[in-house]
Amino acid sequence: MADHLKKAGNKQVHPLDDMVRRDRMPHIWCPGCGIGTVFSACLTAIKSSGIDLDKVVMVSGIGCSGRAAGYTNLDSFHTTHGRAIPFATGVKLANPELKVIVFSGDGDLFAIGGNHFIHAARRNIDITVVCVNNLNYGMTGGQAAATTPEGSLTTTTPLGNPERPFNLPLLAYAAGAAYVARWTMLHIQDLTESIKEAMVKPGFAFIEALSPCPVNYGRRNKEKPLDTLTMYRDKTIIKNGASPLELDVDSRKSIILGKFVDIQKPTFFELYEKIYRPAE
Amino acid sequence: MDFWRVPLDIDAIQVPRGIVTIFEDRCKGCGYCITFCPRHVLNLASRFNVKGYHPPEVIRADDCVNCRFCEIICPEFAIYSTEASPDSPASVPCSCDTIKET
Amino acid sequence: MKPALLTGKHYITGDVACAEGALAAGCRFFGGYPITPATEIAEHMAERLPGVGGLFIQMEDEIAAMASVLGASWAGKKSMTATSGPGFSLMMENIGLGVSTETPCVVVNVQRGGPSTGLPTQVAQGDMMQARWGSHGHYAIIALSPSSPQELFYQTIRAFNLSEKYRTPVLIMTDEVIGHMSERVEIPEAGKIEVFSRNKPRGRRDRFRLFSPVENGVAPMPAAGDGYRIHVTGLTHDERGYPDLTVDAQANMVGRIVGKIQNHLDDIIQTESYRMQDAEIVLISYGVSGRTALAAVDMARSQGIKAGLLRLLTVWPFPEAMIRSLAGRVKGFVTVEINLGQIHLEVERCAAGRTPAFLVGHAGGTLISPQRVVERIKEAF
Repeated sequence: MADHLKKAGNKQVHPLDDMVRRDRMPHIWCPGCGIGTVFSACLTAIKSSGIDLDKVVMVSGIGCSGRAAGYTNLDSFHTTHGRAIPFATGVKLANPELKVIVFSGDGDLFAIGGNHFIHAARRNIDITVVCVNNLNYGMTGGQAAATTPEGSLTTTTPLGNPERPFNLPLLAYAAGAAYVARWTMLHIQDLTESIKEAMVKPGFAFIEALSPCPVNYGRRNKEKPLDTLTMYRDKTIIKNGASPLELDVDSRKSIILGKFVDIQKPTFFELYEKIYRPAE
Repeated sequence: MDFWRVPLDIDAIQVPRGIVTIFEDRCKGCGYCITFCPRHVLNLASRFNVKGYHPPEVIRADDCVNCRFCEIICPEFAIYSTEASPDSPASVPCSCDTIKET
Repeated sequence: MKPALLTGKHYITGDVACAEGALAAGCRFFGGYPITPATEIAEHMAERLPGVGGLFIQMEDEIAAMASVLGASWAGKKSMTATSGPGFSLMMENIGLGVSTETPCVVVNVQRGGPSTGLPTQVAQGDMMQARWGSHGHYAIIALSPSSPQELFYQTIRAFNLSEKYRTPVLIMTDEVIGHMSERVEIPEAGKIEVFSRNKPRGRRDRFRLFSPVENGVAPMPAAGDGYRIHVTGLTHDERGYPDLTVDAQANMVGRIVGKIQNHLDDIIQTESYRMQDAEIVLISYGVSGRTALAAVDMARSQGIKAGLLRLLTVWPFPEAMIRSLAGRVKGFVTVEINLGQIHLEVERCAAGRTPAFLVGHAGGTLISPQRVVERIKEAF
């Protein structure tokens, strides 16, 4: 009998039940939504990292993915729209012992919160940012985001999106992130490993997780959830160390996944200590 | 998924066997566990759960190799697998647990 | 390295006095963004915090500054930021989050002329209503308004104490003149400074409820990392902190946020009376205008007018009962403030037609002269 079953005295428990607030389940995410899978990967990564769970903090912004903080059985903060990263910056700098994970969506992190993202990356704040990228604003009903592919249909681009989307790993790289990776919610083991690796590593880490939004994005763009996952399987290439310049998410090309940046450089706090509190 | 070749040491390898546990009422019927099970262990049940979705059910319990893909892809924490003890006779199908709990 | 408390006599600006007050109160995190005329507070904290075990960070904007302050507070540090009008507007979003999540922190607004970019280097008191209602939704807030660098030192300590005691953001509504003027500031010994720190929970962790009031209308507050596995959200939440989007939960939450302040008015409200004993004309003022009003009282008295001053050190919650008790007994209220009538509206409301209320104010950019106040009194009465 597996260990988790023994501990629970034969009552059947899911291996991650201790990581979530069961009294808040079921979560709000729609059938076929990938946020739950990315969330689950994140929890597995946290659990298997061996870090004291009392010292792990999850911070979310607003939106579907932003609800994650409320479901995890950790110290968790569901903040204002776009502000998860500066809030997390405050938490981390006020108590550098804490491991801080920001779990939020593309709209939250890269439109309203875009400025905070680039500056936290630039400063190399020691936090791990997991972005569930579902290519649109799901919670408000499927509006165009900073990640919506050109030409895509959303409620605010009824004839097609005239804007170009961000290449998120390129943005993270350019801003100075110490760790950058991209996976889909189908590449769960890789995603989990990446999150774990990023958490243990000092410095600003960014992990993009592509994920379907069947109800609000898929429906308007003739993509059933299984189509999206099939696309994740068939039209992605794993290319670790790929140049960030070639990482556009473009349905006409293959989507490149992998770990693109993994460098060591002093964090904000390390430099602050060194400059302002040199050892005497 | 079919293997390209038969490994030379196939006789020496003990393929693990798994027991799938399904929290039927947690399921929202996305079907990911069914579609992406590499051994086609699961199938969509014809019955409905409390939420009104068709949950998965185990149809080929013997084929489960405890890869845990169903567990990690499930967005609902509704399914997991554990390793069956190796001494359980192969002829006895591994049971599955279906739990009525949300 | 200098100690946290610089006991002694100093000749410093209000902004520096504010920073020293914060350090004396135990502030160990400052998330800021430069803006005239509040920049000197950030600069002084940048210099002083590392030496006392604290941390300063200049964020990318005031939105981020305020968010970082809340995060630092939940990580267990007394934290603050300082800004002026345009930055205050940006901070409103996360001040609301601080109110909703009952997060202790201090926000200093060194007021300048507005609206918009307005008068960056010139005085005004035009953000008083924004302080009260600037973030959306119904809530209550504490705002203090000192009239000198010395008072700014003490009121900053008091702001921290109130924020820790009532688990709420506290605003210090000072102004360009107080912020930039240099005066003698005496910093007392540690024993003479009362410092209050938030109550930490005790007892069983699984029974702890993050928003279930125990003392002073608030619950004890653990820090992230203390093992309580708290959840904090800006959504309407129940006493556990879990989102609960119901009419009852909303009533409870907003009721608690307003109640903890409304039920402790005696502790929170501080005013100073000057020559009020036999006053017939009551001047009401705060901040730098409190100094104008003080001079105006003496000037009016020298001309035979029985004037007195009620100076508001606490502006919000408004000392309503005090004005109401004077209404009908005095001949007139005259509010002196550098705007076109904000606290004046409150005075008028509390006077309730029983005593006429007048305003001496202007749109900002300079101080109000005592002469103008006296002239207005003569005109009106």
